Amino acid sequence: MLIFTLKRFALAALILFVAVTLMFLMIRAVPGDPVQIMLGPRATPELQARLTAELALDQPIFRQLIIFYGNMLQGDLGTDVFSGRAVTQIVFQQLPFTLELIFGSIIWSAGLGIFLGAYAASYPNTLIDRMVAIASVSFVAAPAFVVALLSLLLFAVHLRWFPAIGAGNGFWDRMEHLVLPSFAIGLSWVGYIARLVRASMLEVLGEHHIRTARAFGLAERRVVLVYALRIAILPVVTVIGVGMGFLLSSAVFAEIVFARPGLGKLVIDSITTRNYPIFMGSVLVSTGLFVVSTALADLINAWLDPRARSAK
Amino acid sequence: MTDVLLEIDNLSVDYETARGDLKALRNISFDVRKAEIVGIVGESGCGKSTLISSILRLIAPNTRFRSGEIRFDGSDLLKATEREMRALRGDEISIVFQDPMQTHNPVLSVGQQMIDIQHRSKAPKGEKREKAAQMLAAVGIPDPEARLDQFPHEFSGGMRQRIAIAMALMSEPNLLIADEPTTALDATLEVQIIERLQELQREMDCAILFISHHLGVIAELCDRVVVMYAGAVVESGDVRKIFHEPKHPYTRRLIECDPGHIKTRARILPTIPGEVPDLANIPDGCIFRDRCNQATERCMAHVPPLESVGEEHMAACWLNHEEVTA
Repeated sequence: MLIFTLKRFALAALILFVAVTLMFLMIRAVPGDPVQIMLGPRATPELQARLTAELALDQPIFRQLIIFYGNMLQGDLGTDVFSGRAVTQIVFQQLPFTLELIFGSIIWSAGLGIFLGAYAASYPNTLIDRMVAIASVSFVAAPAFVVALLSLLLFAVHLRWFPAIGAGNGFWDRMEHLVLPSFAIGLSWVGYIARLVRASMLEVLGEHHIRTARAFGLAERRVVLVYALRIAILPVVTVIGVGMGFLLSSAVFAEIVFARPGLGKLVIDSITTRNYPIFMGSVLVSTGLFVVSTALADLINAWLDPRARSAK
Repeated sequence: MTDVLLEIDNLSVDYETARGDLKALRNISFDVRKAEIVGIVGESGCGKSTLISSILRLIAPNTRFRSGEIRFDGSDLLKATEREMRALRGDEISIVFQDPMQTHNPVLSVGQQMIDIQHRSKAPKGEKREKAAQMLAAVGIPDPEARLDQFPHEFSGGMRQRIAIAMALMSEPNLLIADEPTTALDATLEVQIIERLQELQREMDCAILFISHHLGVIAELCDRVVVMYAGAVVESGDVRKIFHEPKHPYTRRLIECDPGHIKTRARILPTIPGEVPDLANIPDGCIFRDRCNQATERCMAHVPPLESVGEEHMAACWLNHEEVTA
């Protein structure tokens, strides 16, 4: 298990390196002189030259990359062009809001999705199953930003059940502020996970060992919830790990619509202002988040599935 | 007749399919007495599996019981509630399935599964675990205490089948159903498993319904045999009588085709020509007539009844009625 963990994290580091390098090159491929955009048309040539030197933009791109990684390994992601504050400080200030949003969404959508999927699989081709199917597919089909806007209008503006904007202060206030955004980006995951769990559950329920469990008179509830679900859940864990990446991108919408602070908003703002240090910092952290969550999913899988544990 | 444990009486089972009803079992009758080993032989698709899943009532949703009774200890299992059935399964009736590689849950340890099936016992967990270890030792698994923590994929096929037998015998059932328990294993393992099963049967005094298409194993192990063909019983009775003086052409051909029976070197192994008829569209007459080299006019028109052809010996063939036709 230890070797498996180490191998998995080595792979994670490699993925992170490739992804971040790619983003580093891509932002530099965006047209327009970054220094001019950052400083505006009225900046003096001296100021422009200073910033160019500061960001090492006068160096060849390969050298820029080496400088970036060199600083990164020392824990230095540069300073914000505008405020002069350390990028690490800014990014880690925003990170909790995004994490809150993503975990909030995953927890409720995976919980509900697994329940609906397992329930539908226990009563295949009944009215309940069909209703779950229709609901799931509709949830999947609804784009996160549409759900975000509509739920904002309905629950916050019209019904006034939940606050419309911001992230709130104090635990309960923050939870209240979390409801609508996590509803918006989690909804399609409910449908997706429910379909996945149903399919995987039906497959497992047809396997021979389930017949064995029943042949020993085990209670149906135990057969479904322990003997079948433990196996049916495995592909879902992997999907949730990868899903963190998708949730990061839907979080961008939610953060804009609900005017929430967070990584997504930070990335968007930094791209439009060509704020390279902030951009690279937030990209690094969100890529890291994604890579760590897929690695964690694999580890959870290995922990749940003894076959995977000894295979590697 | 108090020594009868399981009575299958005129049982007919259909599968509802898009092509119409598939008549998987037709008028099956036989019984299993207490502490007796009864073998069921037949080709694939003859209804052996339908029969055992009917006894345990672990059936596919499109299964329909058309007629007959399955009496266990005098009460009809087809009329029992699901709750009553669940109380029997793994307690008075246990089963060992065919494929040991897929019969255990892959993500739960063997010990966990063996503890789980003792769900009726109120004993503390430690005691259940001890009992599981004892059972593993009884089926010849070395170092059972440590192996309880291992998962099924860490055992070989032969060991897994022994674990399955240990699990099935844990509740000291009155009836053990063994569904081709050795088909997936190689010959040496087969002998070991059969011998172990025989020993445990003598110890526990339980009846065994042993399904196999290996005639050698049946002859070795069983007291009585039921020969099935295409969803019907064609011959049944004492194992020696069936093997020495078979009264149905199908049984005769089956014995001829058994590789253990072939004494001289042959280039081509003998087979029974033809195919099992379509069970959704059963032709008139004897079910075996198309593959029978002794079929007559009468076989084309009428189904031969399963009748006594001697003491402890029944067969369903018009050839045993010659005195009537002649």
